[in-house]
Amino acid sequence: MAVLQTQISPSSETFRANAERMRALVADIAEKAAAVERGGSDEARERHIGRGKLLPRERLAQLLDTGSPFLEIGQFAAWSMYGEEISSAGLIAGIGRVEGTEVMVVVNDATVKGGTYYPLTVKKHLRAQEIALQNNLPCVYLVDSGGANLPNQDEVFPDREHFGRIFYNQANMSAAGIPQIACVMGSCTAGGAYVPAMSDETIMVHNQATIFLGGPPLVKAATGEDVSAEELGGADVHTRLSGVADHYALDDEHALAICRRIIKNLNRNKAVSLNLQKAHPPLHPADELYGIVPTDLRQPYDAREVIARVVDGSEFDEFKQNYGTTLITGFAHLHGMPVGIIANNGVLFSESALKGAHFIELCCQRKIPLVFLQNITGFMVGRKYEAGGIAKDGAKLVMAVATARVPKVTVIIGGSFGAGNYGMCGRAYSPRFLWMWPNARISVMGGEQAATVLAMVKREGIERKGGEWSAEEEAKFKKPILMKYEHEGHPLYSSARLWDDGIIDPARTREVLALSLSAALNAEIEETRFGVFRM
Amino acid sequence: MFTKILIANRGEIACRVIRTARKLGVHTVAVYSDADARSLHVEMADEAVHIGPSPVGESYLRGDRIVAAALATGAQAIHPGYGFLSENPDFVDQVVTAGLIFIGPSAASIRAMGLKDAAKRLMEKAGVPVVPGYHGEAQEIVLLASKAREIGYPVLIKARAGGGGKGMRRVEHPDDFSEALSSARREAKAAFGDDRVLVEKYVDKPRHIEVQVFGDNFGDAVHLYERDCSAQRRHQKVIEEAPAPGMTPALRKAMTEAAVKAAKAINYSGAGTIEFIVDASQGLKADRFWFMEMNTRLQVEHPVTEMVTGTDLVEWQLRVASGEKLPKTQSEIALSGHAFEARLYAEDAAKGFLPATGTLHHLKFPGVAPEGAAMRIETGVRAGDAISPYYDPMIAKLVVHAGDRQAALEALRTALAQTEIAGSTVNTAFLAALAADPDFAAGDVDTGLIGRHQEALTAVAPPTGEIISAAVLAASGAGALPSSDDPWSSLAGYAHFHGVVRRMRLKFGDEQIQGKVSMRPDGRFQVALDAPYDSTNSHDLRAVPRLARWPGHITVFEGAAGYAFTVPDPLARSDEAAAASGSLRAPMPGLVKLVRVAKGDAVIKGQILLILEAMKMEHTIAAPHDGVIAEIAGEGAQVTDGTVLVRFVEEQSASNSATR
Repeated sequence: MAVLQTQISPSSETFRANAERMRALVADIAEKAAAVERGGSDEARERHIGRGKLLPRERLAQLLDTGSPFLEIGQFAAWSMYGEEISSAGLIAGIGRVEGTEVMVVVNDATVKGGTYYPLTVKKHLRAQEIALQNNLPCVYLVDSGGANLPNQDEVFPDREHFGRIFYNQANMSAAGIPQIACVMGSCTAGGAYVPAMSDETIMVHNQATIFLGGPPLVKAATGEDVSAEELGGADVHTRLSGVADHYALDDEHALAICRRIIKNLNRNKAVSLNLQKAHPPLHPADELYGIVPTDLRQPYDAREVIARVVDGSEFDEFKQNYGTTLITGFAHLHGMPVGIIANNGVLFSESALKGAHFIELCCQRKIPLVFLQNITGFMVGRKYEAGGIAKDGAKLVMAVATARVPKVTVIIGGSFGAGNYGMCGRAYSPRFLWMWPNARISVMGGEQAATVLAMVKREGIERKGGEWSAEEEAKFKKPILMKYEHEGHPLYSSARLWDDGIIDPARTREVLALSLSAALNAEIEETRFGVFRM
Repeated sequence: MFTKILIANRGEIACRVIRTARKLGVHTVAVYSDADARSLHVEMADEAVHIGPSPVGESYLRGDRIVAAALATGAQAIHPGYGFLSENPDFVDQVVTAGLIFIGPSAASIRAMGLKDAAKRLMEKAGVPVVPGYHGEAQEIVLLASKAREIGYPVLIKARAGGGGKGMRRVEHPDDFSEALSSARREAKAAFGDDRVLVEKYVDKPRHIEVQVFGDNFGDAVHLYERDCSAQRRHQKVIEEAPAPGMTPALRKAMTEAAVKAAKAINYSGAGTIEFIVDASQGLKADRFWFMEMNTRLQVEHPVTEMVTGTDLVEWQLRVASGEKLPKTQSEIALSGHAFEARLYAEDAAKGFLPATGTLHHLKFPGVAPEGAAMRIETGVRAGDAISPYYDPMIAKLVVHAGDRQAALEALRTALAQTEIAGSTVNTAFLAALAADPDFAAGDVDTGLIGRHQEALTAVAPPTGEIISAAVLAASGAGALPSSDDPWSSLAGYAHFHGVVRRMRLKFGDEQIQGKVSMRPDGRFQVALDAPYDSTNSHDLRAVPRLARWPGHITVFEGAAGYAFTVPDPLARSDEAAAASGSLRAPMPGLVKLVRVAKGDAVIKGQILLILEAMKMEHTIAAPHDGVIAEIAGEGAQVTDGTVLVRFVEEQSASNSATR
């Protein structure tokens, strides 16, 4: 195999400046992650603990095998979106190992607004289920939620991708043989009651868990019956009388032990069909990635430097190295798993798009998972290129990306603008996972271009009316646009809305990719059937 | 040679005898009690016969059943091992009467040595030195005082019925004799209701040195040098060695000659041991040793003699008993190197050597002998076997042999430090402490050594933060699953920014320990212990700690010490959970036939609360957990299914508060 050589000099001034900036970005995100990991307010947490409950992350830790990786998704969901901090949208979700089996764990955080479902909570729950469905991962729901967030009911309840979809997904995953396990550790009211009821196996914690369609106040109002929550829908009622739940747990610890036992008895086997090799670390240290990425997004850099710090032994067998050179394609191994890598090395031309489409065909034929390293300003524009059919060649790439059935994982390592986002497997192209570096930016076009385009339109309008527009005025006009794009293109803005699955430390890209790909291998790799390529 | 023998014993000695018999092509028959049905000696023997319930009085001491077993299986001889019936002349008679051979001395020899006073007189007659003393019936003060003067001061006044130091007085000077005598008498009277005393030479620095002798049926007898068993606690031997440290050629000559003389005096056949008391206050002198008693059997500590003489004493026993001559003449028996034997016991040294019981969930002896040494592990148990309260709680004997005492002692220390026993309290650390004791190491031993140093020897060092955190980590299940190349295994602990932190709690004795387990980016586990330890330790999982784990338990080994932790097992509470919310309900319609407890009674798990008659069957309703009865159905009540029969007083979420 070809070993990638590095052109980087870690002692150079540029490298050091780059590294310093990236470290600051990573530190900032890490700090914000620590804040959301705390969950709700101190008072809310104290109250939770006072009820004899474990905190949500403690529950997670007790459920997972000690030392299991935790591939968290949507950590920054709802960040800065609802006026007050709804940490991680009040829901912790991610993949971890339980008794040696990879499972999707969804944990309500009752310390955050009682674990009620905000619009982003629903979106995140659905995203977790989507990942579970695509990758054939058993689901464990640690339920402790007051149900829909009533002030936001219009954005939570009625639509196709709203609350009801959670149960639809449970039903269909169960039908597909993907185990659904619920562990009710707190309230679980009204619609929420269907999470345990729709599960294959359900645990309830004595004196903590309640499941009912209508709580005591509603019962009192409707029928005049006086009943306590425990009598109405406690663990005893549901495990002994109603059969709504299957296992009676004395406390959180007991419940999680039962949950682990259930997973142990699932009889699942991860049958990996890839030709695996022994894993080797890259030749170059991962933290050099900090110094490689330029501080200015417009400044190009060689994506091979990234690949050399991600893949096994820095070994990369390029495909069509001399053709369409702004797109790098090639084969490598990641923690022993064969992968096809597609990485941007500049703007996309017709040739680059054709090369990408061809390479995707190869990977689908051979059932090799695809990794997209996205750093793209878009497709080339201009008369020559339009006439050359760049739209049709771009469409070929988009067609290949959209219909490829091998696992696809995307990491946005720089810009993600315009149609480049589509061709490089953006969110709309259903990669199994989509991760972002803290320096990345995502928007329909770059802030500068957007401001320039809008200023041009404005100037034309003014000048058509015989008016004048000074350069000063234009700069003043452009500034808020630039700021808006900067704000909305930021990874936190993206993550808050679940346009991605999370922001990651660039130095740990290899780990994230390895875990993502290996999780994806829980599902059998399907045959791909491409559509009509416009020739 | 015999073709089949029966071994009237259990444990390590039965296994030991079976091994030699097998070597000689002799078939073996084991006997066993209920408790021993699946024990190692039964597994090892060619045949096994059940001889009764677990108590020794109903099994291993039942000579009639043992003889019957031998006859039934066609064994020609019976090896008694040590203890049990090994020195019981009536049993020997039974064996002989049945036409079988007893592998050991004649009943007459045993009887001759069985009565201590008579044995001493016999030895005195044969010219073997005995401890000067007066054991007569006459108790007049004047007579006793003059006997004391004859014996020579200092003397020891002892209650004849005595034991445990009661009624015992050491007298330095004739002037103090009468006062000491009357106080000893008062004490003896109070303790035993018998104020008769005896007077003996007080041995200042007593050492217990014994000589292995062997006789055959042709009147021949040899010795196989001495063993030193001075390291004792309350007459219980702890570490034995051969030869005796500091032994002089003159003393050895005198002792071994006396021992052979003693054996010949009673026409001794088979393996025997002559025990002497030696005054070591001025070094070992040829005129300062006295006969104590003779053990007419194979001793527990016989392997040290085998190690230094290159013999197999069980083989000698079988040969001599089957009518062969002694395998070696005296001049062919040479002494080489030095050997130690340490007795591993299930006992709590720190609590006054209280015998312990339990299941040996983990039992690991050194795999190879320490460098430059030979090693033997004599044991009758395997991992998973139980130490029952019925029998001697000895687990194994660790025997080492090397070129000299220093090397052998080092080998012993090494072997003890590599011994891992968990599931019962064991004395390994005590043995290691004794092996490291400066006086013991210098060979400066006497029977009072352990008593004088007991506090230091039995002190248990509290577990260090490192040991506790190793236990916490093991309890968390870290590394419990087999690792693989799958990133989900090899990228242990990955999280985007801050790892998952697992809270753990466990117990060391009654002490609650809490800690947090997390992963560090370098792939090591970090364990942070809460107060009072407040220490943080990191562990590399590839460096496998020495520990044993089985459900609910973890024992961490550090040197010869084992630290036993208990881990809460939430799933063990499933029965409690099955009983659910504090009440018991009728499983079907029926009649409450009998009520055994009343409201307010405290009951324990499993206790029968009431009997329900339903479908012509009696259903026993037992307490699913400990608790207090809040409500119970009345006798004679007709109930439908689901009726609450018993309600317990709800505890204030005790289980919940315990999880934090």
